[in-house]
Amino acid sequence: MAIAEQQATSDITWHGIVLQTLKRNEIGLIPYVPDRVLTPLIKNLHADPFFTTFATAREEEAVGIVSGAWMGGRRGAVLMQTSGFATLANVLASLAVPYQIPLIMFVSERGTLGEFNYGQSLVCRTMRPVLDSLALEHHTITRLDELEFIADRSIKQAVTTQAPVALILNPLLTGGKVFDK
Amino acid sequence: MDSRNTKVMNRFDITSRLIAKLKHEEAVIGGIGNTNFDLWAAGHRPQNFYMLGSMGLAFPIALGVALAQPGRRVFALEGDGSLLMQLGALSTIAALKPKNLIMIVMDNGIYQITGAQPTPAAGVADIVGIATASGLVRSSWAADEEDFERLVDEAMSADEPSLIAVRIDDKPGVGTTRRDPVQIRERFMHGLGVREPL
Repeated sequence: MAIAEQQATSDITWHGIVLQTLKRNEIGLIPYVPDRVLTPLIKNLHADPFFTTFATAREEEAVGIVSGAWMGGRRGAVLMQTSGFATLANVLASLAVPYQIPLIMFVSERGTLGEFNYGQSLVCRTMRPVLDSLALEHHTITRLDELEFIADRSIKQAVTTQAPVALILNPLLTGGKVFDK
Repeated sequence: MDSRNTKVMNRFDITSRLIAKLKHEEAVIGGIGNTNFDLWAAGHRPQNFYMLGSMGLAFPIALGVALAQPGRRVFALEGDGSLLMQLGALSTIAALKPKNLIMIVMDNGIYQITGAQPTPAAGVADIVGIATASGLVRSSWAADEEDFERLVDEAMSADEPSLIAVRIDDKPGVGTTRRDPVQIRERFMHGLGVREPL
């Protein structure tokens, strides 16, 4: 049974772990540009009054917001899809990295393991080279049993070292999005 | 636009008038280029943040500060060319309605710093019209310097976010910000009371 199917019959879900890990690390400001796979996480974040969760028009706008909030003493994280990450090279290189801001990004990975949209598969290939070109910490999370460890440790490392981190949520973890019509 | 019955003012003068009004450690975010050069030239304050890139993000950064510190007034200074890059941010701000956020747009219709090329909006779009239609109902053109000061005074006690647009001339910034991003960010955090110096 695939991990995504197991989650459907279990109380332990990837999005539940992400939500609890955010809360435990006092990350309460969550601007996002939506993605189908992220929908249960976004829905539960909206429903939990601990979080201030809202949509932005572009991903770099969300990066600006959490950067300002962090300088003002409030922690946040940005949720996006692979194609949204592809719009961020300028803001990473001119704001998050040089100003040493612990930008925490959760990226729902499209473009691999059953992608049906050629454009998504191409834009996905730009993500890790951009992260590597700026020497940014990033992890691709494929297993439910590793999610909490990777997310919790990565958030703490981002905050203490004042450096951005990208946590890439792979289809092996989330089930991804598959061709259905 | 013809409908703008507004005086052409000067960015450094307007910025200096704003800074002179700040008595409560208000935060000020200066957008890329001349906007933050004139903020710098108006006299450094620990509550100033100067952008050295990320064109268009002055309002989003200020929104983040405003959400983190709802008890502090937060000003954002942005150029018209920069704002055109991130018009969606106006709707985000309108939806969240942070009452402590005051946005100031310096509109000269040109990309002054790159050689004074006209923006695509010059002569056809109205910044205040765009802001109002984005849901920011407290959006106004400043008719002249005195009107600008009056609008700032009103915005300081408003119960929703305000946007003030100022038509400015084509002069470059008066100073040049020291391009030290880590120090800028650290000093800003000290100024906001988030951290103490080592």
